[in-house]
Amino acid sequence: MDFLFFAEVTLAGLGSGALLALTALAFVLIYKATRVINLAVGEILMLGGYLFFAFSAGFGLPVWAAIPLAIAGGGAVGALVERALIRPMLGENPISVFMVTVGLGSVLMGAAELVWNTDPRALPDFMGATPVFIGEAYVSRKIAIGFVVAGVVIALFLLLFRFWRGGVALRATASDQAAAYSCGINVPGVFSLAWIVACATAAGAGILVGAIGGISPTMGVFGLSALVVVIIGGLDSVLGALVGGLLIGVVEAWAGTFLGGEFKLVTTFSLLIAALMIRPYGLFGTVEIERL
Amino acid sequence: MRIATAKETYIADEGLLTTRTQRAWMIVLALVLVLAPFVLNAYWLYLACLVAINVASATGLNILTGYTGLVSLGQAAFMGVGAYAVAFLDGHLGTPFLVNILAAGLVAALVGVLVGVPSLRVKGLYLAIATIAASFILHFVFTNWVSVTGGMSGVNVAPARLLGMELASPFALYFVIVPITALMVLGAANLFRTRIGRAFIAIRDRDISAEVLGIPLLQYKLMSFALSSFYAGVAGGMWAYFFRVVTPESFPFATSIFFLAAVIVGGLGTILGPILGAAFMTLVPELLKYVVEWLGPVFPNAGAALSPVRTIVFGALIIVFLVFEPQGLAEIVRRIRRFFHLWPFKT
Repeated sequence: MDFLFFAEVTLAGLGSGALLALTALAFVLIYKATRVINLAVGEILMLGGYLFFAFSAGFGLPVWAAIPLAIAGGGAVGALVERALIRPMLGENPISVFMVTVGLGSVLMGAAELVWNTDPRALPDFMGATPVFIGEAYVSRKIAIGFVVAGVVIALFLLLFRFWRGGVALRATASDQAAAYSCGINVPGVFSLAWIVACATAAGAGILVGAIGGISPTMGVFGLSALVVVIIGGLDSVLGALVGGLLIGVVEAWAGTFLGGEFKLVTTFSLLIAALMIRPYGLFGTVEIERL
Repeated sequence: MRIATAKETYIADEGLLTTRTQRAWMIVLALVLVLAPFVLNAYWLYLACLVAINVASATGLNILTGYTGLVSLGQAAFMGVGAYAVAFLDGHLGTPFLVNILAAGLVAALVGVLVGVPSLRVKGLYLAIATIAASFILHFVFTNWVSVTGGMSGVNVAPARLLGMELASPFALYFVIVPITALMVLGAANLFRTRIGRAFIAIRDRDISAEVLGIPLLQYKLMSFALSSFYAGVAGGMWAYFFRVVTPESFPFATSIFFLAAVIVGGLGTILGPILGAAFMTLVPELLKYVVEWLGPVFPNAGAALSPVRTIVFGALIIVFLVFEPQGLAEIVRRIRRFFHLWPFKT
């Protein structure tokens, strides 16, 4: 086998894996704070891509203004959803809350179809096309930029969790809500914060994903791949999202190249089932001990 | 007000229909179901058959999700297994209609047991995601096992034949599909009066306690998966005879969400729930079509908006029911019935 080709495929896989990890981060943030699996992350990602499209191509704003606006738009959607739908559902059966987010995903997808119709579109190019070479291996510039951005954002999140007050509050809430309350942490505030930051992250990831592959109302399927990532990595672990994302990205790239495109999803889902059988709470997830 | 319903024996207490009013309504329902095909036009008969098929599948999912507490997002894939089983048997072996339907259920049940194996180690949302994975893997099999499934182009199914008659129109199929569904709903209603059904409920309420009570968890969880996929398989088999072509796109992941949504909207853990939920969720998109037609003169491009509006309404229904009526339509019915039971008094 040609080693250079293999290296290129692997690098491309790492690039898309970084995007998966970034999206997975949105799942992890929300799950950590509120114990909700938000299946609408994929649709919020799609919305981020479309908002960027609307601001840059529709209103003619420059890219440096459109990106923050799209990310802020995602955050606003997150705040709204948390306040209006998730807050009243707190304490309900987790499956019910999960289904609420499934419904939300459907609503967002329909809304995007209604506003921008179903045609796939390309985002205005803002990254340039000159390829990047690592050694001799060719990497598409967009994927390289995506990788760097995702890496920086994830590193930033790891630092924030470690050192920022809000990050520590989020970790405290995740480990014990009642204790966090009694320490004076504004737990509902933490919930809002987690949803806003997570949805903003997803919207940002949507811009990157859209820039690489174009946008369409069905691109929320990307969220399913990211869901596989968080299950393998562990639902409440940022590190798990990173490792799982890179792993899934590389495995998808290998499967897509060496077995054929239709094997992509089936490989990742088989990996998911295998991972669940061996480690039901993911590679880095917290093992919950059940008592009678 | 309901009076004079004191029960003197355990058998009377366990009856499915305990009051005379209930029996009367059930007779009315049976008459309506029998007479409906002679009144309705072809389009509404088509919808009635579709509702019946969806009710069968949703009832199966309710056994698993509503009564055993195992959330599954693979019901559509199990239906697909049943549909392909029917297509294969019908095309290759030419076995009779009822045998095919039964075999479809059994094959789906077998696949369901396989999918259910992780359920002992993982539960809750993790299990839901494992079933998502299983449904994508099954979808892959449908697409790529070309010798059996015909790949992307799918397989055609010959019209069902029963007692020498060809069942090709919705009118003829109605008389097969609706009784099978009724039988399956009756079976589900009876299941929860038996030891097995009660074990399922115990597992749902607290699985560790159920194990302490002497219910072997793996065995019963797998049994629940098998029963639920049996229902899905039979429903899928009827689906195959109804639409007469089965492709991998017939049972997308979205259909699994549809069934879970139907069970939730109808009411988890009730017999009435999936019936109401499946009917409601199947008919609402059709009603939307009428609304769009009615709005046609006002908004000229309302027709183009039909598909996205259906998607939005579908999602919104799930959200609205979960937030405002978490017990579903069955609870609304129960409230109405309670009003009449207690009538002169306030509920």
